[in-house]
Parts: sequence; structure tokens; C-alpha cells
Amino acid sequence: MQKSFAMAALLAASCGANAASDADLAAIRAQIDDMKKTYEQRIATLEQKLVQAETQAKTAPAPAAPAAPAAPAAPAAPTADSRPVAAAATGASGFNPEVSLILQGQYKNMKDVAERGITGFVSAGGHDHAAGAIEGISKRGFSVEHTELVLAANVDPYWRGQAILALADGEVEVEEAWFQSLAIGHGVGLKGGRMRSGIGYLNEQHPHKWDFADAPLMYRAMFGEHASYAQDGLQLKWLAPTPVFLEFGAEVGRGASFPGTDRNRNGAGAAAVFAHIGGDVGVSNEWRAGLSYLKTKASARGAHFEDINGAEALGSFTGDSATWLADFVWKWSPNGNPKYRNFKFQTEYFSRREKGDLTCSDDEALGNACDPLADGSSVSSHYKTRQSGWYAQGVFQFTPQWRAGLRYEQLDSGTRDFGVNAANLVVDSYRPKKASVMVDYSWSEFSRVRLQVAQDKSMQGITDNQLTLQYVMSLGAHGAHKF
Amino acid sequence: MKHLIFGFFFGLTATFAQADLKVFATVPEWGALAQEIGGSKVKVYNATNAFQDPHRIEAKPSLLAQARQANLLIAAGADLEIGWLPLVLRDSGNATIQPGRPGYLEAAGLVNRLEVPTTLDRANGDVHAAGNPHIHLDPRNVLKVGEALAARMAELDAPNAAAYQAGYQSFAGKWQAAMARWQKEAAPLKGVPVLVHHASFAYLLKWLGMTEVGALEPRPGIEPTSGHLSNLLARQQTLPARMVLRAAYQQEGPSQWIAGKTGLPAVLLPYTVGGTPEAKDLFGLFDDTVQRLLKGAR
Repeated sequence: MQKSFAMAALLAASCGANAASDADLAAIRAQIDDMKKTYEQRIATLEQKLVQAETQAKTAPAPAAPAAPAAPAAPAAPTADSRPVAAAATGASGFNPEVSLILQGQYKNMKDVAERGITGFVSAGGHDHAAGAIEGISKRGFSVEHTELVLAANVDPYWRGQAILALADGEVEVEEAWFQSLAIGHGVGLKGGRMRSGIGYLNEQHPHKWDFADAPLMYRAMFGEHASYAQDGLQLKWLAPTPVFLEFGAEVGRGASFPGTDRNRNGAGAAAVFAHIGGDVGVSNEWRAGLSYLKTKASARGAHFEDINGAEALGSFTGDSATWLADFVWKWSPNGNPKYRNFKFQTEYFSRREKGDLTCSDDEALGNACDPLADGSSVSSHYKTRQSGWYAQGVFQFTPQWRAGLRYEQLDSGTRDFGVNAANLVVDSYRPKKASVMVDYSWSEFSRVRLQVAQDKSMQGITDNQLTLQYVMSLGAHGAHKF
Repeated sequence: MKHLIFGFFFGLTATFAQADLKVFATVPEWGALAQEIGGSKVKVYNATNAFQDPHRIEAKPSLLAQARQANLLIAAGADLEIGWLPLVLRDSGNATIQPGRPGYLEAAGLVNRLEVPTTLDRANGDVHAAGNPHIHLDPRNVLKVGEALAARMAELDAPNAAAYQAGYQSFAGKWQAAMARWQKEAAPLKGVPVLVHHASFAYLLKWLGMTEVGALEPRPGIEPTSGHLSNLLARQQTLPARMVLRAAYQQEGPSQWIAGKTGLPAVLLPYTVGGTPEAKDLFGLFDDTVQRLLKGAR
């Protein structure tokens, strides 16, 4: 507005310059001076802004999280070549956490088995009669199990936070929500909140990172439907200052999940310790081995048993549960460059002892060996088990996009001492087995489709040939992958 | 006894006093630069070698063990190591090398980057929000990074500050002379059109005034497809390239295919220190790169 007025004045002035009196000239001069001043001021302001922007860019710390698409650090002056990103982090929105969303779903062909479980092992799903009680394991046909939403960012220079939410129909489950130390130093790492435990190898990995469409039987037998032990608590890790990778960790927590139960008490409900060792062999081989121990307690942990007449019985376990885990991973790639070809071998073994009391009752009030008169009576006995299992798998990536893998696994129901309840309940003795073959194709690092064929003999007397076609897609921030 | 204890502590302090500045370099070029500047005062560990794709390695145990003990971490930055470095940093339990601390230096943050995307969409492949991260193949960038690196080394290891500054000055002098020589030698390369496997050579081409007329990868980080290669072949009529470039860590198949169909020379470039037997250090890297390009252009 001001500008156009000034221009008009200038134009008028130049047209009528001949006729202009001294007074007119003076007025015009004054106007021009005004105009000059206004523009000088504007230029000065702009220059000042530019200087500010430059110093800010220079003094700003390096992008806090390399994973965040943060603003380009500090080009002295933007050139045609290094233009800032249109969506560059500016203002408060620049502090938004890294967001990624995992889309995962499948088509599954398998036998229809009511109350799918593992023969000889108590079901971690508790005592539930609903069809498909164990989510995700017993769903046939097309299904989207859950959609994982990951939010992560540095909290401040001292802490980093991450939450993983599983979105499913009608519910949001907090799978993990923890903070992690960044600034303690001396090899110490502290983590607190809800987290997947550092025990074993596969335990910390979420389903989209698995090399097969489902978790090994051993993880389902140990921890139930999530195939992972997670708890609310604290984790302390220490990495030794040695050329060989040597890491020790300890955890205490609520211990509410299987094989323990929530027990409404002060203090810790579960404790775990683990040690990892690893390194390189030449330039092409990398390995890691681990040993872990998990100790927890259960109080009235209900599970479905079968009585000697084939009727249903509820067995409640109260006592100690202790699990040992050993894991070993070996990776090979030519020259240590896994992009084109690589091979990964992974194996884990577990052994669990449980000791306490088992109360056999009849929650249906229909009468069974423990409650013959259906009057609500129950039988308590001593309970002691010692069970184990293992799996081994190899996955070969033979082109940048194709991989193929083979997995074999076996569990051993081991010794199961039910005391006097041995006269009331069926004590299965069985060695569940499963063999799986998979082929997967990845268009990029962010999308994968997988075909898996498996022969599952985890239930006595049933040979279940399973076919799974699965997709895994990840959107958003590029999360780094654990070894 | 007293003497023994004293001796022990003296020995201990002496060992610490002699301790080198431990530098963890994510890629060999910056490891080599740290060595040029620091000489005997530094102990350099390279997380990757020239035959490994720095985008795609994993946060393996040996890297964690090395990061645990490092005093200074130099990364390429611009998300090149995003698939593994953040995890290595967090799990290393080493506070001094965390981003934002003096012990963490990102080379890409020190120079003007090329190919900064105006929109961020993975439909365009594995794009880097901060621009092309392969900045070291413009020797002028090496000098800029060297200056910042020397300053950082001096800051972290103050007693040897003078040695680092001297190391940088001596390197910079030799480097300026070498740059003049390379530019003179590479004069015939000006304007030469080339195909590249991946956008690894953007800075090199810009420095030498060469032009990239196409990439074998249909999108950054997406493997070459036969359809895309055929399109490139067809384009050769209208927009002819004179050679096909690839880095030592990239598959030779696609460039050999193009070479076979068109008769263009498929030129392997060391890309970084150690990529070819001649690229023993940073000087060798550029000597060899220029020689191989000249040979390809003949």
C-alpha cells in the first residue's frame, strides 16, 4: 500500500517536474527520503533475521536423534544445492517424536483345534473356554493381528523414551513404554518402565523382526501368546571395557506375566540376570552367545487340566518358577556386507523348574475326579516339574530381495510330579515337535511378504500342516535393528 | 610395600597419560582422516570397510565393544548409518560420544549437501532427509571436515592440541597441492556424462564437472530392476553416457549388464579408503579415482 503510494507519487512527481515549485520538490524529496528509510529499515530487519537464523543453525546441537528427520544441521548459507527440506523441523513440531507404524497381517490355513495348546505344558493363556482363546495362534483365514505404533525420542540430554502400542479391535495394549539412560557412561545403561526382558535372544524382538511367521514353540511354552517375557520394572546393564563384547544385565520387576502372576505385594515379583558375549571372526563372521536366568513366583496360576475320566479340571499352581535360557547367534556375509548375501544361524535352549502346590478343583461345578460330588471340594498336592526345549534355525539371503529359512524345534514335557493329584489328573508325557520352511521377498527394507509351510506336532495325536502367507510393512521413522 | 603401592599408582597414571585418543569412525574415509591428523596420538577403529555398504550393516557386538571405549565418534551423518549407529550409541553406555556431546561429530553437518529432497516420501526410495550423505568424494569437503575434526580432537585431548593442529596444517598443505594436481589431471573429464549404480558419486561428479545422466537403481536403495535397466539402455540413444560407475561395495552385475549391451566401460571406483589396492589412504583414494575415471573416459 505504502509502496504503491510512493511509486504513484514518484511517477506524478516526474511527470510534473517542470511545473513543480520548490515547495513541491521539497515535498517529493521528503517522500523519497521516507521511502528510503522504510526500505532500509526493512532490509536491516531482514539482515538481522538472517544473522539470527545462521547463528541458531550454527549453535544448535547436532540433530538430537539421528533417527529423526531433523533439520539439516548447519550449511553456512543455503545454496541451490542444499535447499532446506520443505518439511524441515521448524518450531515446536520439530520436537515431535519419531513415529513408525508396523502393518502386519496374514492368511493362515490350518486345522481347527479347540483350545489349541502344547501337550505336556500348561497353557499360559489361563483357563478360557472361548473359541480362539489364544489370540493369534488359533486364528484361521485372513487376519490382522495387531498394528504396532512406535513412538520414540530423546527426552533430554540424559534420557530417551520409547513406547510401543499394539492396536487391536477394541483395545490398545501398552507392549512397551520405557525410558533409557544416555548419559551415565562407564558402560552403564539403565532402563525403566514396561519392557521386554533382555533374557534370551528372541525375547526383545517384536513379531515384525522375526524371521518366521510365528514364534518358536519354546517361547510360546515359556511365556504364552506374546511369546515374550515383559514386565514393569528396572533393567541395569553394564558393558565391559574389553575388546570382546561382554555385557551383563540384571532386572527386577512386577513379574505379573506368565509364568508368574500378579501378586499385590511390595518388592519385586520377578528378577532376571543375563550375560552376553560376542565378537567377530575375521571380517565375514559375527556371533553372540548368551546365558539368562529368570526367577518368579505364581499365586493361584490357573490352567486347564484333564482329569483321569476325560473331564475338565482347573489346576491352580502356587510356587516358584525358575527358567534358564541359553542362546547363540552366528551371522555370515561375504566381507561382512550383508546386503547381497548373508546367512544367519540362531538357536536357543531353555530349561524350567517349577515347585510348589497344585490345587485341583472344578470351576464348572459339573463334577470331576477332584470334586466327585460337585460340591465345590478340591484336592491340594505337591507340584514339581522340570521341562525343557530348543529350536534351531537358519536363514539364507541369496539375493538382495529373497531369503529362505528352515527351523526345527522340539520340546520335552520332562518330569511332572503332581503328588496325590497324579491320581486325579492326566499327566501327559510328550515331546512336541515342529518343522517350518519359509521364503520371503522384500521390495525394500520397509516391506516384506513371506510364505511359510510348517508341520506342527505340538499337540499329541495331531499333525497339523500349516500354511501362512504374511506381510510386514513399516511406515515412518527408520528404526535401527538390533543384532 | 610403600614403594610398591606408589609404583603401582605411578604405573597406572603413566598408562593413562600415554592412552591415545580413541577414535571410532563409522566409515574408512573419516578413520583415515583422523589418522592423518592425529598420527601416533590417536588409535582409530573403522566400523566398516570399503566392501561393506554403510547403509546396511548391523549393530553387531564388536561395534558395541569398540564404541564403549571410544573418546570420539566420527560419523558420515545425514542418516547414512541410521540403520545401526543409533543403537550402537545407545547400547554402548558411553556418554561422551552421544549426539550433542563434543565426542560426536557428523561430517555431513559441516558441508553443503547435494540432493536435499524438497519432499520426504519413501515412494522416492530410501531418501535421506538431510541430503546425499556421500560427501567425502569432493576433496574440498575433506578439508572442511578435517578442520572441524582437528578442532574437536584438540578439545577432547587438550594436552595434544598443538599436535592435532600441526597435523591438520601439514595435511591441509599436502591436500591443497594434491587437489591442484587432481584438478589438472582430471580436466579432460569435464562434462563427461556417466551412469552410476547408486547416488554415491554426486559430490565427486560435481567437483570434476561431470554429469550424471542416470542411476542403475530405480530409486535410491532399491536394487536395479531389469525394466529400469532396459529404460536406461533405450535412453543411451538420446542421452548417451560414456561410462558406468560403481563403488567397491556394490554388485557388479547391473553395471556389467549395461556395459555388455552398450560397450561402455564399467568402472569400479574405490569409493573409500581400501576400496582398491591403490586406495591405501585418502591421497591414494583420489589418485586412483581420477586415474580410473581417466582410463574409463579414454
